[in-house]
Amino acid sequence: MDAFKTLTGPMLVLPQENIDTDQIIPGRFLTATSFDGMGDHAFADWRYDSDGNPLEDCVLNEPRAAASPILVAGRNFGCGSSREHAPRALLGFGFRVVISSEIADIFRSNSQNVGLLPVVLDEAVHRQLLAMDGESLTVDLEACEVTAPDGARHGFDIDGFARYCLLNGMDRLDYLLAQDNNITRYEESHER
Amino acid sequence: MSDSQPQDAGNAPRTPPRTLFDKLWDAHVVTPESEDAPAVLFIDLHLVHEVTSPQGFDTLRARGIPVRRPDRTLATLDHSTPTTPPDADGTRHYYTPQARSQVEQLERNCEEFGIRLEGWDSAQRGVVHVMGPEIGATQPGMTVVCGDSHTATHGAFGALAFGIGTTEVGYVLATQCLLQRKPRSMRITVDGSLGTGVGAKDLILHIIRTIGVNGGTGHVIEYAGSAIEALSMEQRMTVCNMSIEAGARAGMIAPDQKTIDYLRGRPLCPQGEAFDTAADGWLALRSDAEAAFDREVHIDAAEVQPTLTWGIDPGMSMPVGARVPEAGGPGVDRALHYMGLSGGAPLLGHPVDIVFIGSCTNGRISDLREAASVLQGREVAEGTRMLVVPGSEAVRRQAEQEGLHRVFLEAGAEWREPGCSMCLAMNGDLVPPGKTAVSTSNRNFEGRQGPGSRTHLASPLTAAACAVAGRVVDPRDYLAAKTGEAA
Ligand code: SF4
Repeated sequence: MDAFKTLTGPMLVLPQENIDTDQIIPGRFLTATSFDGMGDHAFADWRYDSDGNPLEDCVLNEPRAAASPILVAGRNFGCGSSREHAPRALLGFGFRVVISSEIADIFRSNSQNVGLLPVVLDEAVHRQLLAMDGESLTVDLEACEVTAPDGARHGFDIDGFARYCLLNGMDRLDYLLAQDNNITRYEESHER
Repeated sequence: MSDSQPQDAGNAPRTPPRTLFDKLWDAHVVTPESEDAPAVLFIDLHLVHEVTSPQGFDTLRARGIPVRRPDRTLATLDHSTPTTPPDADGTRHYYTPQARSQVEQLERNCEEFGIRLEGWDSAQRGVVHVMGPEIGATQPGMTVVCGDSHTATHGAFGALAFGIGTTEVGYVLATQCLLQRKPRSMRITVDGSLGTGVGAKDLILHIIRTIGVNGGTGHVIEYAGSAIEALSMEQRMTVCNMSIEAGARAGMIAPDQKTIDYLRGRPLCPQGEAFDTAADGWLALRSDAEAAFDREVHIDAAEVQPTLTWGIDPGMSMPVGARVPEAGGPGVDRALHYMGLSGGAPLLGHPVDIVFIGSCTNGRISDLREAASVLQGREVAEGTRMLVVPGSEAVRRQAEQEGLHRVFLEAGAEWREPGCSMCLAMNGDLVPPGKTAVSTSNRNFEGRQGPGSRTHLASPLTAAACAVAGRVVDPRDYLAAKTGEAA
């Protein structure tokens, strides 16, 4: 997992609420046995017609989309299935940060596990950002704040452990493997 | 019963009253949570399927580590599998070469890592959340995870069961543990009784509409109350199954005598005296009378009507006789447009192209019996296609023993082999673009059942009645007792 410290770049806004993981990566792409190339299929049914031609009115097909590291989406982003393919597809597409006023639980933990930073901002700030499509934002994970295009700074909360892992690009598996003694003790005391 | 003391294992000092969820959480903490780090939580049962596991196994291979507890890991094939029978020579018709290779990869991974796989040759194979309880793998008091958001189904047995991502599948394979912050708790109390023709599916759709598709975010839900106690185990699974559609981490129901009766004799459960001892412990898991929840919601069962979704998330539902919302507001307009509906129109009478009975929500034997009771002596309407997909081999066997498959076939429906099928349309069973489906599955997201598919979620009774009519109807006009009229 790549470390994340701070990033400045343009925002891409998808204002719809309740964008579910079937939109982010439709089920038919889940037969892959590797996450490589998942970004090509991000939002496939929003970006392409049934013959695979790009849809002109889809903002995700504008050249700036692939150059926007920050996705700002409507409330309750990432609801639905537990498919990790969803944050993987967003990373593959070029996003490093997803911002909303509410992010679904499993999607949030999957994102943290794979190095996509989920940022939950309060509704008023979120509403302002939704109206700033294309403008530049700074996301600073060390300071836990975003700097809006107008220079205003807004703090955000993130679990301290998730923050530590992202800042250091730390793989949680190493942390869990290091718990071996505790796990063995647990197994011995709970399984007679 | 009401004067309950906290029941501690052993003679620990008296603890404050705890919920069912608290008790399960406490019993599985390997390393307690702190400000700096989440809890390390031990997982009793890890269910695995072909879609969300390959990269998890790759991680183990890359690091050269074994599966820590193959004895606590159980795999099945369900998502990418064809539901058409194999050729005489055993050839299976996968939708794509990738689907085949995904299945074959899980077969190889299970072989290599020594994991029990209920594969093609198993008489138990089924949709992971149908199969687990059937064979007694799911037991009260357990932590159960799977790379699948509908894992909450197993909470019907008083297990703490939740979905995880593929990276976490790798963690559990390697360490049998997960890193978790303790979620908040929520109790949804449903009192009163459900009306005739109203079932568990209608209830959970009603609950999701009431609390919203994000109403459970950050919470573990305990369903309680007289209407929940009155549900069968299969109906309880239907309710817990859709907890994720309200955003909840998990859903659970306290074990009671019905739970014990369901589990007795299941192959992976303790047997004989050991079962009785286990059962005593299971009954003590229920929330203490004084236990506090972070949030409480009350639902009156009598208010629940046969319910269908009209829109593009499971919270966009309505009583069958109501009208869809008036146009206005981006969410509603997008949904109406996608679904091909006009604002303010009734759903009754809306033409139905496809009916799907199946999935981990409603693919159990009781669901098929309900659907068959409507179809008995009737026919699927001309121009409507009906697909019935049992949730597991055991459900299929039971249905065929009871002759339900004949009822479906004689009515003109298709009777398929077990699998997820049209629930997520990975295996080629799909709803064509622009076609309207009434489906007993759990998600009506845009494109869920195939690109451009229009899904109305409903109960098996409602779905079967819609198949007979070829349009949306009130299932109460088609109940078994009324055979012969209303067609
Ligand atoms: S039946 Fe549907 S919801 Fe259930 S496990 Fe299969 S795909 Fe997931």
